[in-house]
Amino acid sequence: MFAYYLKLALRSLKRNVVLTVLMIAAIGVGIGASMTTVTIFRAMDADPVPEKSGQLFAPQIDNWGPTNKKVVTGDEEHLQDQITYTDAINLMNAHAAVRQSAMYVTALPLTPPNRDLLPFQAPARATYTDFFPMFQVPFLYGGPWSASDDTDRAYVAVITRDLNDRVFGGANSVGRTLNLDNHEYRVVGVLDRWQPLPKFYDLSTSKYGDAEQLYIPFSRAIEGHMESWESSNCAGDAGEPGWDGFVHSECVWMQFWVELPTPADVARYRAFLNNYAADQQRAGRFNWLPRTRLRDVKGWLVHWHAVSDEVRILVLVAFSFLFVCLLNAMGLMLAKIMNRAGDIGVRRALGANRGTIFGQCLMEAGVVGLAGGLVGLALTALGLAGVRLIVSPATARLTHLSPTDIAIALSLAVCATTLAGLYPTWRAAHVQPAWQLKAQ
Amino acid sequence: MELAVILKSLRRNKIGAVVIAVQIAVTLAILCNALFIIQQRLAASHRPSGVDEANIFRIKNQWVGDPKDLPARLRTDLDALRGLGGVVDAYATNSVPLSNGGDGEGLGRDPDRVEQTQLTAMYYGDEHALSTLGVKLIAGRNFQSDELVERDSYNQHLPPSAVIITRALAEKLFPHESPIGKPVYISFDKHAVPVVGVIDLLQVPWSSASGWGSRFFYNSILVPYRWSVPYSNYVLRTKPGQLAAVMKTAPKALIDLNRNRVIVSVEPLSVSRVESYKDDHGLAVILGTVCVALLLVTGFGIVGLTSYWVAQRRRQIGIRRALGASRQAIVRYFQMENLLIAASGTALGIALAIAANLWMVSSFEMQRLNPLYAFVGALAVLGLGQLAVLWPALRAASIPPALATRGV
Repeated sequence: MFAYYLKLALRSLKRNVVLTVLMIAAIGVGIGASMTTVTIFRAMDADPVPEKSGQLFAPQIDNWGPTNKKVVTGDEEHLQDQITYTDAINLMNAHAAVRQSAMYVTALPLTPPNRDLLPFQAPARATYTDFFPMFQVPFLYGGPWSASDDTDRAYVAVITRDLNDRVFGGANSVGRTLNLDNHEYRVVGVLDRWQPLPKFYDLSTSKYGDAEQLYIPFSRAIEGHMESWESSNCAGDAGEPGWDGFVHSECVWMQFWVELPTPADVARYRAFLNNYAADQQRAGRFNWLPRTRLRDVKGWLVHWHAVSDEVRILVLVAFSFLFVCLLNAMGLMLAKIMNRAGDIGVRRALGANRGTIFGQCLMEAGVVGLAGGLVGLALTALGLAGVRLIVSPATARLTHLSPTDIAIALSLAVCATTLAGLYPTWRAAHVQPAWQLKAQ
Repeated sequence: MELAVILKSLRRNKIGAVVIAVQIAVTLAILCNALFIIQQRLAASHRPSGVDEANIFRIKNQWVGDPKDLPARLRTDLDALRGLGGVVDAYATNSVPLSNGGDGEGLGRDPDRVEQTQLTAMYYGDEHALSTLGVKLIAGRNFQSDELVERDSYNQHLPPSAVIITRALAEKLFPHESPIGKPVYISFDKHAVPVVGVIDLLQVPWSSASGWGSRFFYNSILVPYRWSVPYSNYVLRTKPGQLAAVMKTAPKALIDLNRNRVIVSVEPLSVSRVESYKDDHGLAVILGTVCVALLLVTGFGIVGLTSYWVAQRRRQIGIRRALGASRQAIVRYFQMENLLIAASGTALGIALAIAANLWMVSSFEMQRLNPLYAFVGALAVLGLGQLAVLWPALRAASIPPALATRGV
């Protein structure tokens, strides 16, 4: 039956090539536009650490109070997105989570071993050894530095594969030294390719931009007076002049992540965080009710607007466009089916019941949908290629079709077209055979 | 008379007419909102920065090894850069317009009323800053060399000894008086800083159309800091036509002076502008493409459905022709029919467009739709309908009256 219906559908579509092509083109263009935006949307909305996103949390602490917050950010409600050095160190020392790490980005001049080459700048992340297992960062050679390297402010570094290729020609560089800002660092590990998109653990500059090229112990960076390369936000008293004054000020300039595997751990950590803030208030650091927040990766991405407003608008526009395309196809299908009312009348007179006619016409809609879906996929690929040409390199990263996107495109095309075909099909099934035959 | 006939025949073809009307409505709603967004993004990307963009470039420099003689190195570098052929002037700073990174500070007239401060971008520079940027001083004076303070990092909040503000900021802080000589207070500092000059126009470094900086786009201030840090920006203004040449000679001159540094980037401001607005332009192009595709789809949809109606009514048209209707009357009939459908679609579309815009205003950073866009969009879809109906209508007009006498 399926094969027979399919044959009928194809024959009917062949009879009026212009209308068929118009329908397929309309569906194709609609699917192309909506899938181009959906692909980008899905990439922005992706879970960057699927296995652990529910176990990783970013704490926030209200160290500014309502007035200062309003002056600096124009917003009383939201807590600061980063935390102070003071809080980072206190939370690290408390060891209240299974794993925890404070972190910030800096940039170090790297002098290549070959002294004929000029030094270049390498973006570096200052962090703790927990960073690597906590975020499941893959290693090509070696591994993270040790916990004692953290306490000893050791001159050790983990470098990315790209940097390893550039400086050491891709060889296993574990144990070799790297000259960073005139200090010799020992390479302890080389990362394999790792690019979480969005870069959830630090969204303050570019959400989809390049990750840093090397990692050094946080304690080393602080000891070396390495400034944050991203935003430092200060409110209230700027503190004493000089590095120590800055570090102990209420300026927020670091990210902080903890790993809490079970709901009980999360509840415990929330309580710990509230107690910590209350302790700080009692110690005289704040004179307002301490507010804290703990967000998981999903919540953090929503809070930072990982999916940009622009893309939301584009998805909205594209789906309205798809709606227009479907209405269009529906109108054309209606025209096509009513043109063949005579045909249908004959079939009905020869014994086909309503259900049969309904099935046959719906098959036709499905075939149009599938063809439209295929055209739409080609247009999506074209659309994404076009988008890559005109947007920034960071946004261009989000323009790659995944197998899931392809499946979505095809099923969306078939389902939507079949849905649009329901009314014309229903009309077809209600053709009065007697009336049609008489008119002939 | 004709109108009544059209309405009567439309009643028999309800669904087809509704499909076209709804298509037109949604098309219109998308069209005017999209055009509005495109216009806003393009307008934002053309906001003047206030500086001589065509002739300015920026060198990002980072010293290797945390040297202790930064002020001396800065002086040597700047002397060398200013002495290069083709260079008008040069200075060192934390940030320039279109660089999307800088120092945001509050500026107010009363240190005890922080809630009344204006958000500003603070640019550091010496007495060469104004002539390098090419901004116009409209009141007061430039910095003097004895006002300059060595500033060595973000963390040292040394109060500057003077400040130059933009006209936009002067109008907000001093609406009815001259700001020259008046004290202002920077962020949370209690030291009064006198305003010594007012410049015409200087935008903040954060430039994206919907970004944070757009809230205080021309609230810029200049302070007399010598920016002596291991990393800084050298800004150079060249004589017209010599930008490309100086962009080659300047980094080389710096390396020749001292190799122990990283020239992180050498970028003309015109490139910074393109990069800053790349995603805004991208959005405009994508929306524009969708609009064109949308008009085509709707147009062809009308062609298809009207052709079907014509085919369905061949006999009736033949009879009308035989009874004396002219070809023009037939064409006019289909045009009127389409106009009726399109007009009702347009009315619905304008309502939809406004609803969509209001929703976007409440959900995103978006302004209210300018009614002009609804008007232009309405004309566009009405015109599209007439254009699309023309070909089927002409086909209808060519149906011979003799058809009426033949059987089907």
